[in-house]
Amino acid sequence: MIAVDVKIARGDFSLEIAFDSASKITALFGHSGSGKTTLIELISGLARPDSGRIEVAGRVLVDTAKKVFIPARKRGIGLVFQDAQLFPHFSVAQNLRFAAFFAPKDARKLPFARVVDTLGIGHLMKRRPAQLSGGERQRVGVARALMSAPRLLLMDEPFASIDVSRRTKAMELVERARDEFDTPVVLVSHQIEEVMRLAGTVVMIERGRVVEVGAPEDIFATAREDTPADRFGVGASLACGAADFDARYRLTRLHHPAGDIFIPDRIPPARETRVFIKSVDVTLARRPPPDTSIRTILRGKVASIATGKGPLAMASIELDGGEKLFCALTRMAVDDLGLVPGAEVFCLVKAVALDERQVETV
Amino acid sequence: MSDLLPTLTSEQLTAIYLSLRVGFTATLFSLPVAVLVAFILARGTFPGKTLLDAVVHLPLVLPPVVTGLILLLLFGRRGPIGAFLYDHFGIVFAFRWTGAALASAVMGFPLMVRAIRLSIEAVDVRLEQAAATLGAPRLAVFFLITLPLAAPGLMAGAVLGFAKALGEFGATITFVSNIPGETRTIPAEIYVLTQTPGGDYDAMVMSAVSAALAIGALVISEFLARRMRIESRGLSS
Repeated sequence: MIAVDVKIARGDFSLEIAFDSASKITALFGHSGSGKTTLIELISGLARPDSGRIEVAGRVLVDTAKKVFIPARKRGIGLVFQDAQLFPHFSVAQNLRFAAFFAPKDARKLPFARVVDTLGIGHLMKRRPAQLSGGERQRVGVARALMSAPRLLLMDEPFASIDVSRRTKAMELVERARDEFDTPVVLVSHQIEEVMRLAGTVVMIERGRVVEVGAPEDIFATAREDTPADRFGVGASLACGAADFDARYRLTRLHHPAGDIFIPDRIPPARETRVFIKSVDVTLARRPPPDTSIRTILRGKVASIATGKGPLAMASIELDGGEKLFCALTRMAVDDLGLVPGAEVFCLVKAVALDERQVETV
Repeated sequence: MSDLLPTLTSEQLTAIYLSLRVGFTATLFSLPVAVLVAFILARGTFPGKTLLDAVVHLPLVLPPVVTGLILLLLFGRRGPIGAFLYDHFGIVFAFRWTGAALASAVMGFPLMVRAIRLSIEAVDVRLEQAAATLGAPRLAVFFLITLPLAAPGLMAGAVLGFAKALGEFGATITFVSNIPGETRTIPAEIYVLTQTPGGDYDAMVMSAVSAALAIGALVISEFLARRMRIESRGLSS
């Protein structure tokens, strides 16, 4: 889908990035100042590399050796800016029509109504960007990029301006954009949760260099000491059904296919409740522990374990019902328990590690 | 009631009419050029940009008489540009109201460019980049994004230029003299009146007229600029 091999120097900062990815969603992951923004400019054509080559969906966009440089307006890359960058003097509908009007004539255009419907922005058409919330603006930004019939959707921190409570929904939209419109996506992010959920391939960038390329589970394994990914950020979001509140103990019990999840205090009832469980809050056991203070025990199977030479490992568990959960543990524990892919495990989560900040209701 | 208002002589009315005509003509013709130069100065990076900037600002720092003299040398009947324009297009500037408009345009040009340049610089480059990534050609980006967003500044620039044209005196009188009905604009009329015994009252009346015109132009521009800003923020609908 995308192959990049570029060099650029700007003052003190130099960037030397090479990777390729065949995934439908590729994440460029790195902290601010890592060179993500420069990379976006290079891919979208807003900046020129000193040397190198960029290829997207079989089309060469830049090749300095062959003096190829396709300008931004002819690249067909739908760039979704971090702050949407909607045209303030146009209405939402006009913003979308602007993109549709300048879309290449021979491109497979997406029907206006379908894009609007998928992103749920039908009621915003007559508004000006200033009258939209951050999340709405972002959705319009995605819709506008899609209306330009892009060969690739390039998203710069698309969820940064969306409330934490709406992020899951926003991520679903990106997945829908990928599936319904069959557009490959390159996502720039420094949110592990987003990347874990969406990306097929992660390109980890640090100080202008690629540190690692691979599947998110492997990348975010804490086995390596030199990766900036910290185990404290890795986690999984679980969808739960109905919730009961135990008034006597003031505990909310959420029903999940793999077992019940307990959370202190009352969580307002909702159609769907999502709980984000960090990898460091999960303990694994081979058998259901007989006497334990832990109330939340989820059944599942080990899907994969990422280890290296470091002290730690990251286990990816496929829970009953099909959802994924991550557990950070020591390499020693992996060996002592004989954890291998396919092994049946019980995931123990301390209720006291959870509170309403990890809960999202829909 | 009408007895209380000062009556204007036909010479004074002619001068007012001429000033407005000169002002409008000067603004109309210099605005597109000013927009172009402002855009180049705001967005361009090229060697000689500082020089262009300096040349644009020259009329602001030179004594107006010098500017008028330069215009006379260049655009006079025998001047290199003036002779060319007359021979090929039959256009004459020297000692005509068109010359007064040219002098006013040149004098107001730096003010116009300054205001427009500031407003273009205030337009977020990333909006232009966004338009480019959506496939819009450069001209389309300029006319659909940059220009509309810089419109309040264009307005301000046009009004400044117009007000400057109404008040221009030094360069005009040097270049096209002070011919009643042809080049005698309001300031020239006021000057003549002050040189005439007993003309002080009329000079004051004309001064009031000229102040009213300038303030009127400012008020209108402020009103339009505010409306444009509100529209672009989307608060009006």
